[in-house]
Amino acid sequence: MPSAEPTGLSARGLERVFGRRRALAGVDLALQAGEAVAVFGPNGAGKTTLLRVLAGLMRPTAGEVWMHGRRVSPSDPESRRPIGFLSHHAMLYGDLTARENLMFAARLYGLADPGGTAVAALAQLDLADRVDDTVRTMSRGLVQRVALARALLHGPSVLLLDEPFTGLDTASADRLSDLLRARREAGSAMVLVTHHLAEAWDLVTRVAVLFRGRWVLEETRAGTADAFRPKYRELIRG
Amino acid sequence: MGEVLRIALAVAAKDLRVEFRSRTALTSAVVFAALVLVVFSFARDPGRLSAEELAPSVLWITFAFGAVVTLNRAFYVEREQAAFDGLLLAPVSRGAVYLGKLGANLAFVGVVELVAFPLFVLFFDVAVGGAWPGLLAVALLATIGFVAVGTLFSAMVVRTRFAELMLPVLLLPFMVPPLIGAVQVTSRLLVGRPLSEMLGWLRLLAVYDLVFVTLCTLSFAVVAEE
Amino acid sequence: MSEDRARTAIRRGLVVTALGLAAVATAYGLALGYAPTEIRQGAAQKIFYVHVPAAWCALLAFSLVGVLGGLYLWLKDFRLDALAAASAEVGLVFGAVMLTTGPIWGKPIWGTWWQWEPRLTLTLLLWFLFVGYLSLRAALVDPSERARFSAVVGIMGLLLVPFVHLSVYLFRGIHPQPIILKPSRPSLPPEMLTTLLVSLGAFTLLYLGLLTARYGLLRLVDLREDDGDA
Repeated sequence: MPSAEPTGLSARGLERVFGRRRALAGVDLALQAGEAVAVFGPNGAGKTTLLRVLAGLMRPTAGEVWMHGRRVSPSDPESRRPIGFLSHHAMLYGDLTARENLMFAARLYGLADPGGTAVAALAQLDLADRVDDTVRTMSRGLVQRVALARALLHGPSVLLLDEPFTGLDTASADRLSDLLRARREAGSAMVLVTHHLAEAWDLVTRVAVLFRGRWVLEETRAGTADAFRPKYRELIRG
Repeated sequence: MGEVLRIALAVAAKDLRVEFRSRTALTSAVVFAALVLVVFSFARDPGRLSAEELAPSVLWITFAFGAVVTLNRAFYVEREQAAFDGLLLAPVSRGAVYLGKLGANLAFVGVVELVAFPLFVLFFDVAVGGAWPGLLAVALLATIGFVAVGTLFSAMVVRTRFAELMLPVLLLPFMVPPLIGAVQVTSRLLVGRPLSEMLGWLRLLAVYDLVFVTLCTLSFAVVAEE
Repeated sequence: MSEDRARTAIRRGLVVTALGLAAVATAYGLALGYAPTEIRQGAAQKIFYVHVPAAWCALLAFSLVGVLGGLYLWLKDFRLDALAAASAEVGLVFGAVMLTTGPIWGKPIWGTWWQWEPRLTLTLLLWFLFVGYLSLRAALVDPSERARFSAVVGIMGLLLVPFVHLSVYLFRGIHPQPIILKPSRPSLPPEMLTTLLVSLGAFTLLYLGLLTARYGLLRLVDLREDDGDA
């Protein structure tokens, strides 16, 4: 089975059926450590389902996901440890402060110094002066940064990010780009789902287009985002 | 096992902190329980039915209603902003998460019961005397049972549109055995019967707790999965 | 293909239901014409031949929901889930028959419409539980979520049975209710026993017929709904 890659992320034959509708219809993916793929696709192409299946939150109808030679399964808690997941929900408790949210996450991951780790992770996203703000009172961009800090808190080696730049101002977006590039260069594998070609283009080593639950393109990144755009439009015309 | 306990405590502590910040659910549940007691005081014909005869049933119906109202809110906090996904992503067993939620719910329902009990003593003029350790024990035994089932069900009904209605309909049949047992033991405790007369009931309550806490802990993975 | 199979199930179910109804009619004939009239209870005892088989079918149906729930969680086959749902629905019908014939029988015999008799109480609670079961199903949209949640409720319902039975039994043991006459169960005359057995068989046939027809219909609805989504 697809455990050939000792590091990184591999998935083979992923299918997910809702009733009779196929959200995923046979998706393969292999990323070495340090590789990143940008996943593009129109609404309803199955991008969110793909990320949730890769993260182990959704059981695939068929197929398997492996990370670092270990199969990701709901019944194997440790198989989830490498995952850093950012969904379009913040996954935070609105009544708690940013620090409390991240300290709770740190405890779940069994990190040594929950308080210190939480503050450090928030500082990485320029939130040092916001640590004691209640999440409910924060603006959308700030919440997104706290959610990112939570996703990156435990030093994940497989990043699964759904529209990470949503709501961020230019400075924060640049900061996040730098952060993600550094993570990738340090050996993380990354799946980046987005609608915006330009902001993802320079971050990734591969590009893929998901359409109606399957890849219509999966290749090494080449050329510029502008050159890719007409090609993308052609692909999703079907 | 130590790991499970550590995670369960972290989850429960988080729930208590969230509740302490907002206080909405618990305050409403306490007020609701007090109101149930008030209503019961007037729903009785004082000439025909003595307070002592009615007291144990009133106490446990109040506890049961208070618990349903409290449990209804248990998974809303997880649903908002999909925080529950964060719990499921963490490298912790589903069972540990369930036990944490159960612990927090027991604390909330416990608070409701602790506030309602003195009011009950006051309204129904009950002489507790030396019965309080026994009452505490039976309250614990019965409450663990139905809160265990209620915690699991509350994780299910939060996915439906009519959660507030769905929970009592599903949960009340499961509340019947612990409630019958609790009322029987309570009425004997209040009139000072010997322990031997309650042993059968206490055993039933304990077995119920054991069976349903185990079953719910195992079933939680099925409910959490997508 | 699957739709055809569902339609076949409905057809077969309706045929078996018709046979079951004919058998029930035969059982009624036996009850009125063949079985002797009970000395103390008189004609009222005839309801026994409806009440007991209905109770048997309701309990069979509800137990099957739990067993099928367990099998679904193991095999993840939606047909098991549809069969469980069908069994719950049909069980509610038989439960309703049991719960209405009980008081009708009870009034002349016990002198009161309702008795917190252990078997009646158990059926009543299970009846409510499966009303909840079906409401939960109706309120859930995702088929796999609906199947998993209802499987858990079904299994828990099965485990609840001994607790309800024991607690109601203990409860009654302490507060005996006024009983004018207790329906005699043991040592039935052979004619009564034969009639009861025929009636049990007839009701079971009816249950199987309704179950199959309902199952086929639920499958058909599932398949059509899926098409609507696609």
